[in-house]
Amino acid sequence: MRRRISVDVAIIGGGLVGSSAALAMRKAGLSVALIDKGYCGAQASGVNYGGVRRQGRPPEQLPLSQRAHRIWPQLRAMIGIDAEYIRSGHLKLARTEKDFAKLETYAETVRDYGLGLELVAGSALSKRFPWLSAKAVGASLCPDDGHANPRLVAPAFARAAERAGVTVLEQTPVRAVAATGSGFEILAGDDIEIRCRQLVNSAGAWSDRFAAHFGEPVPLTRIYPSMVVTEPQPLRLPVSMGEQGGSFYGRQVARGNYVMGGGRGLPLADPDYSRPSVTAASSVMQRAIALFPHLAEAQVIRFWSGTEAEMPDGNPVIGPSETTSGLFHAFGFCGAGFQTAPAVGAVLSELVTEGRSTTPIEAFSIGRFRKVAVETAASL
Amino acid sequence: MSMHAQFRRRYRLDETPVPFSLNGVAETGRRGDTVLTAILSVSGRLRQSEFTGEDRAGFCLIGACQDCYVMMADGRRIRACSTALQPGMAFITGRGATAEAAHE
Amino acid sequence: MSEPLQPVIVGAGPAGIRAAERLVRSGLRPIVLDEGQRAGGQIYRRPLIDDGRSYRSRYGSGAGKAQRLHQAFEALLPAIDYRPETLVWNISAPERGNQLDILSSGVHRQIGFSQLILCTGATDRVLPFPGWTTPGVYTLGASQTALKAQGCTIGDRVAFMGSGPLLYLVAWQYMKAGARVEAVLDTAPLASKRHLLSLAAHAPRIVALGLFYGLQLQFAGVKVRHGVRPEAVLGKGKVEGLRYRRRTLKGERVETVTCDALAYGFALRPETQLADLAGCRFRFDERDRVWLPERDALGRTSRTDVYVAGDGSGIAGADAAEISGELAAVAMLQDQGNVSTDVARLLASREAILRERDILERAFPFPVDWFETVPDETTLCRCEEISVAEARRAMTAGSITEINRLKALSRVGMGRCQGRMCSAAATELLSGACGVPTGEVGRLRAQAPVKPIPLGFGGGELEARS
Repeated sequence: MRRRISVDVAIIGGGLVGSSAALAMRKAGLSVALIDKGYCGAQASGVNYGGVRRQGRPPEQLPLSQRAHRIWPQLRAMIGIDAEYIRSGHLKLARTEKDFAKLETYAETVRDYGLGLELVAGSALSKRFPWLSAKAVGASLCPDDGHANPRLVAPAFARAAERAGVTVLEQTPVRAVAATGSGFEILAGDDIEIRCRQLVNSAGAWSDRFAAHFGEPVPLTRIYPSMVVTEPQPLRLPVSMGEQGGSFYGRQVARGNYVMGGGRGLPLADPDYSRPSVTAASSVMQRAIALFPHLAEAQVIRFWSGTEAEMPDGNPVIGPSETTSGLFHAFGFCGAGFQTAPAVGAVLSELVTEGRSTTPIEAFSIGRFRKVAVETAASL
Repeated sequence: MSMHAQFRRRYRLDETPVPFSLNGVAETGRRGDTVLTAILSVSGRLRQSEFTGEDRAGFCLIGACQDCYVMMADGRRIRACSTALQPGMAFITGRGATAEAAHE
Repeated sequence: MSEPLQPVIVGAGPAGIRAAERLVRSGLRPIVLDEGQRAGGQIYRRPLIDDGRSYRSRYGSGAGKAQRLHQAFEALLPAIDYRPETLVWNISAPERGNQLDILSSGVHRQIGFSQLILCTGATDRVLPFPGWTTPGVYTLGASQTALKAQGCTIGDRVAFMGSGPLLYLVAWQYMKAGARVEAVLDTAPLASKRHLLSLAAHAPRIVALGLFYGLQLQFAGVKVRHGVRPEAVLGKGKVEGLRYRRRTLKGERVETVTCDALAYGFALRPETQLADLAGCRFRFDERDRVWLPERDALGRTSRTDVYVAGDGSGIAGADAAEISGELAAVAMLQDQGNVSTDVARLLASREAILRERDILERAFPFPVDWFETVPDETTLCRCEEISVAEARRAMTAGSITEINRLKALSRVGMGRCQGRMCSAAATELLSGACGVPTGEVGRLRAQAPVKPIPLGFGGGELEARS
């Protein structure tokens, strides 16, 4: 029997963006349906590294990132759990003078955004971070950056949204969607018909299909993280770590496991699915030993991968559609959306309720790809 | 430190002794022992769990449950049920052993 | 430089050895990878060194079969590439070629295969109850392994609990070895043993042996109880006894048995992680309440170059494993077009064993009501130390209906053993909570490495460790 749902806003994609948007919109008094083809937070939002990091982002992302920075400490009040969020600090290492110069340049570039970066070089490095065994020229510390458990955050947002009255439809793939003039009509799952005034496309690596459907093709590609986790180890690594110019990142969770990543996983024949790459995992493991020699005898208990969306300029797409009134996009976070996502949810709520965002998002307009497409066509 | 032996030898009683040390104390196993057999023939514990600190002494004995990891004095970790005892091996199974040995 | 790829057999138990033998007979030289120090698998496991015991003393009624299998393997050695103490920890996805990641003596290698026969065997199927992580509590299979391969008993005064023919056999073996068997606690009701009558017509030897063990135990004064459910291991840090309930004609009674070790298990669960990584399709098996790789009668899977045999392809015991190993090899040879073997007789023997297994399963049923009475504080996942209560809370809070979601949100099955010891229980718990059949909460996905590997395994890119 056909189930009919009528809401103010329908959100396609229950990742951290979609589920936090659903909660924010419901709190703003709207009726909301959150639709996911699988389970909320099971894709990029759930399989990423878990870094809650502002350091290293391009300046245009920092207002959004700062807004998210104010949301993260409120998780318990918002969704009932803190999701293991801690402000451990994020330390970015430079192995060469050239890399350290890049860290210095970055610190200078983002000086006005209030990240509180501390540059440490030479012999001060081992005084400041005595647990650091690797040789490094210097490092940049963002003391209030941190990490959280990605497996927990988005599902908790979805459940909080559900408790607040959002209709959460999991295992419900969208089969058809059309603009009706006054809103949208969606067919989803076996036999669910959803009517809404406004529509959010936050379908992650699957967003390009919906964007193209509304006449806005985007150059979205898929990327696959390659992650490694060890058995629990004595607590020793107090910060989340990355490397300038390298592809290693790692953190130690409160239970003792080292969660580390770098390189890329490999897609399967069906690009919805991927596998960790043994080559990538091996280089992560070797780099881990170089950085943390005490881990030489630690056992790796699991690799994992997942599916994320990347845009060619490294920035996400956030904002209203340029072809379809009432449609909003938020996708393409390039493997770095975990930290900003709760702020994106808040921005989306502002967009649907007030038609504007209090945080600057112009740089993320979907129109930037239309322009590129037109210019490319003209030059041919 | 639990002093009771969990296992009881029924065969190979007269087999060549193999010396090893357990938490710094000299002990003797037999040729043909696994590390698990050697330790549990003189003690009741292989390790302590990470989260509750409870004693563990293996479970499946065929390399599936991963419950019998033993810390060696040199920092290595071995799966006791599937590792043959070698003369001179030194094991640490006592409280806090994991943390100390890992920080060597 | 590039040598032609060889067929690879994973596992040197009854299935793997017979598969290798059949391939060698057709002129092939398979690579045989086995995690054990010596070939033979678990049922016919061999000690690290000879301990003076006869085959009869070690393997009981299976002595002849064990000896023949071991001799067959010794004879194969010149004709195969045998690599003991070798862990296969990853198989590339089908679209990435035929590649295995193996670890041996701390050295990581990748090797290719032309075809792959997975003979990965099984482990005990266990269920949690209060105190099951206490030192001195072992799986039933572990108690037998301790005796068979190491000549030890797991304690002086041992109680046995569970369901399955192994329960009585191991208790009897312990008695013969000089241990004091304090009790045999069968979780199945006595009435279920009536099914053995119909088994007697098909397999009189199995029933006669079972009766023999049971009667000898009873004559020796061993307490044998039926319809048992454990309440708790007694003792802190070591086993001092077991408190259990049992159904009698007068209702339920609570009793205790004093012991210093407990062995328990509920038949076996297959090791299917490698078939999963190989990309084989799975199906749910209603009788064994577990997901198995789809296979045809000979052992072909949904992946053309991958075959499965033995208990890892469905629990059927060592005799069936020997047959299915040979059948999988025949299937592989057939698919290469170079053999026309009549397999009717082998298929018929395997079918007969599978029918016996169906009856045994009714005589030794799985305790489906387990979680109706297991207390919340019971540890469910022994690696991550997650309690039944925590799992239940995660299920409710997260509206969880799928086992991989339960893992993601509660850590059950996320530890070192990758759910080998808790997935049967977690599946029963979740399906019970959701009120759906066991097969409808999904299958815990395998992840590489299927067993822990050292972080420092590669001194250089895939090279030997210094």
